[in-house]
Amino acid sequence: MISQLSWKIGGQQGEGVESTDRIFSTALNRLGYYLYGYRHFSSRIKGGHTNNKIRISTRPIRAISDDLDILAAFDQESIDLNAGELRAGGVVVADAKFSPQLPEGVNARLFAVPITAIAEELGTSLMKNMVASGASWALLGLPIEVLGRAVEEEFGRKGPAIVEKNVEAVRRGAEFVLEQAGGPLEEFQLEAADGKQKLFMIGNEALGLGAIAAGCRLMSAYPITPASEIMEYLIKKLPRFGGTVVQTEDEIAAATMAIGANYAGVRTMTASAGPGLSLMMEAIGLSGMTETPLVIIDTQRGGPSTGLPTKQEQSDLNALIYGTHGEIPKVVLAPSTIEECFYDMIEAFNVAEIYQVPVIVATDLQLSLGKQSCEPLDYDRIVIERGKLLAGELPPLEEHKLFKRYELTDDGVSPRVLPGAKNGIHHVTGVEHDQEGRPSEGAGNRKHMMEKRLRKLESLRIRDAVKADAPHETPDLAIVAMGSTGGTIDEARVRLEAEGITVNRVMVRQLHPFPSELLEPYLQSAKKVVVLENNATGQLANLIKQNIGYHGKIEHALKYDGTPFLPSEITKACKELSI
Amino acid sequence: MATFKEFRNNVKPNWCPGCGDFSVQAAIQRAAAAVGLEPEQLAVISGIGCSGRISGYINAYGLHGIHGRALPIAQGVKLANRELTVIASGGDGDGFAIGMGHTVHAIRRNLDITYIVMDNQIYGLTKGQTSPRSAEGFKTKSTPEGSIENTLSPLEIALSAGATFVAQSFSSDIKQLTSLIEAGIKHKGFSFINVFSPCVTFNKINTYDWFKEHIVNLEQFPDYDPTSRVAAMNKIMETGGMLTGLIYQDRERQSYEELVPGFKEAALAKQDLTLSRDNFDKLLAEFK
Repeated sequence: MISQLSWKIGGQQGEGVESTDRIFSTALNRLGYYLYGYRHFSSRIKGGHTNNKIRISTRPIRAISDDLDILAAFDQESIDLNAGELRAGGVVVADAKFSPQLPEGVNARLFAVPITAIAEELGTSLMKNMVASGASWALLGLPIEVLGRAVEEEFGRKGPAIVEKNVEAVRRGAEFVLEQAGGPLEEFQLEAADGKQKLFMIGNEALGLGAIAAGCRLMSAYPITPASEIMEYLIKKLPRFGGTVVQTEDEIAAATMAIGANYAGVRTMTASAGPGLSLMMEAIGLSGMTETPLVIIDTQRGGPSTGLPTKQEQSDLNALIYGTHGEIPKVVLAPSTIEECFYDMIEAFNVAEIYQVPVIVATDLQLSLGKQSCEPLDYDRIVIERGKLLAGELPPLEEHKLFKRYELTDDGVSPRVLPGAKNGIHHVTGVEHDQEGRPSEGAGNRKHMMEKRLRKLESLRIRDAVKADAPHETPDLAIVAMGSTGGTIDEARVRLEAEGITVNRVMVRQLHPFPSELLEPYLQSAKKVVVLENNATGQLANLIKQNIGYHGKIEHALKYDGTPFLPSEITKACKELSI
Repeated sequence: MATFKEFRNNVKPNWCPGCGDFSVQAAIQRAAAAVGLEPEQLAVISGIGCSGRISGYINAYGLHGIHGRALPIAQGVKLANRELTVIASGGDGDGFAIGMGHTVHAIRRNLDITYIVMDNQIYGLTKGQTSPRSAEGFKTKSTPEGSIENTLSPLEIALSAGATFVAQSFSSDIKQLTSLIEAGIKHKGFSFINVFSPCVTFNKINTYDWFKEHIVNLEQFPDYDPTSRVAAMNKIMETGGMLTGLIYQDRERQSYEELVPGFKEAALAKQDLTLSRDNFDKLLAEFK
């Protein structure tokens, strides 16, 4: 019995790869396995190789694996491109239609299943995905009725006839492969899972869910990979809470519309990726200057320009931190797990309102799109704090006086009223302004106002701004990272420790303002520090050097080929760098 | 009920003496009083440019945003609080150059807001460069040999973008302008009002006298039917866009807010943000 294995489905985009994965993994989730998915796809709708890989485990996992146990292939290209990943003794389940062949030197067993033929016999080649799921499932020796139920759920609303055909396709795929293999494959028998269904979602859904929990009721956004699922999720859910999503003409409108709605009192956000964030920079400055709350999600992808729209990268840090012209208070957060995607959205909306600043939540493509098991989410952690937002009646204003929306206060945060409030009229402008919001270019006023805005964030530290798993007092290595790489570091760490290299893992979750005092102890205690990130110039490492120092101790481990780190790559890099 | 004086504040506009924008400011104040608003029920959202300063000169909630983006900000305000009367305003550079994308899409989106453009055919605040509204051959600092680009026709664009309310006025005719702004505020949907508002400093061609000579008031055509889109387009083309009055109104089409499924009648800004445990559990159940 094994505790984990990896399965991959490959084919042409639009051929049913996604749906095969969905059925297969939904059923596994029913049995209580922990799952972690990776999508390899391109910027097109039909055609071109695509594949989805899932890691299946009886214990929590947050990383893709180095190798592959089972490859299900709809075409020869999928075999040619992915067979190299198979571990020795792995299995290929392929459509007999194209007379599949294993590339030279690949040590694997091949099962040619008439996937297309069975589907067509049952009525339509569209059911290829069902045949492939059934065949894969059967090799694992898992109860076929569980997969059948997942199929019923997927097609239930299309009527019993459709359900029956699809279940039959699953059954036929399973039967055929079992006959060929002589029963389920012993080496792929998974230990039983705990039977408890997990939440199973992508990071973008966790972000959307977190936004709803945070009281977000409006979203203005422009479609972009890999952020679109956030708006697609919220347009389905927000009407239930009286709100909506507006698809704007561009990201400039998305950000400025969100500013208008936040100004008028509704928690509103937008979400985009690098190119959209570039367009939003002027609006982010307006939010900072007018002290209007704003929440933006940046699902980082490969840059620059259009770059690698469907690939992994963590290269927007510099743009997010330094992007706006002039100087404003701004917060940049980086959740590192799917659960944090949920909780951080609540924190982002609270911070935006308490400090009256723009807050950017930066994920990366793997965190946003990788479908994975999520620990139970805690309702009691949903707390909404709106800071100095005044409710109730306001005292009358003196003649020709306006409400002091930008009153100079010790903490720099001023009381805020919403348009519509009697006796609350004030002016709001991106021009430098006085305490009532009226344009003012006086040198003294300018100095006071700059200092007021900038001191707002002096003490801001989000919950777990730096999240460390640091069992060693003086480790050989401190691996510092952000975003989705945390789970992969965990796997590498086990291997490094097995070889006698002690490792502390440190995730930086607040990128700006930089939590230097929280991070420094981990740098100090380690013999060497490896900063691991998906970009080419070491933006996080440079941020650490700039804010804290330790130039001589910090080593860069960078990957910028568009794919996430594998555990073996981290292990290798750390071994080399720890010498 | 507030009088128009209550929509005044004590801020002295930084417009040049004789600027057309003074009358637009006065007309907005009069129209706001005439439709029965209190100052706190009005939000004026403006862009950047001389005319963009208008939000600071009216006693109401005002937001002076960034160049070209008055409309998306104004739409955000209206979505958040349907109880507010929202006026967006700015110049021809703001609305027809840098912000043209937003103008067209705000028109077709049709939220219930009023957009007033102070059209002076020139960039004033940057001291005299050509605008999309400048006539061909118009000499400015950026077109010393005369503009060689076509003049944009905002009225034709508004109609073809599906506008439900299109009007044009002249800042000298404060009576007509006030009544058109009143009608715009009352219109259930997006109202587009272009106002010829002469720049006395940098535009020596399109002067008050030049406009008086060139514009025709639709009142001269008693048979004109502002509910006909074809008639409106014809009249705009016949007059070279130099007409004033209510050019087109579609009273049937519902506003965006009315068409959004599930969108609450009451101000969204006033609703409770709390997610009940029951709703939380329902949302989570979809991921199992």
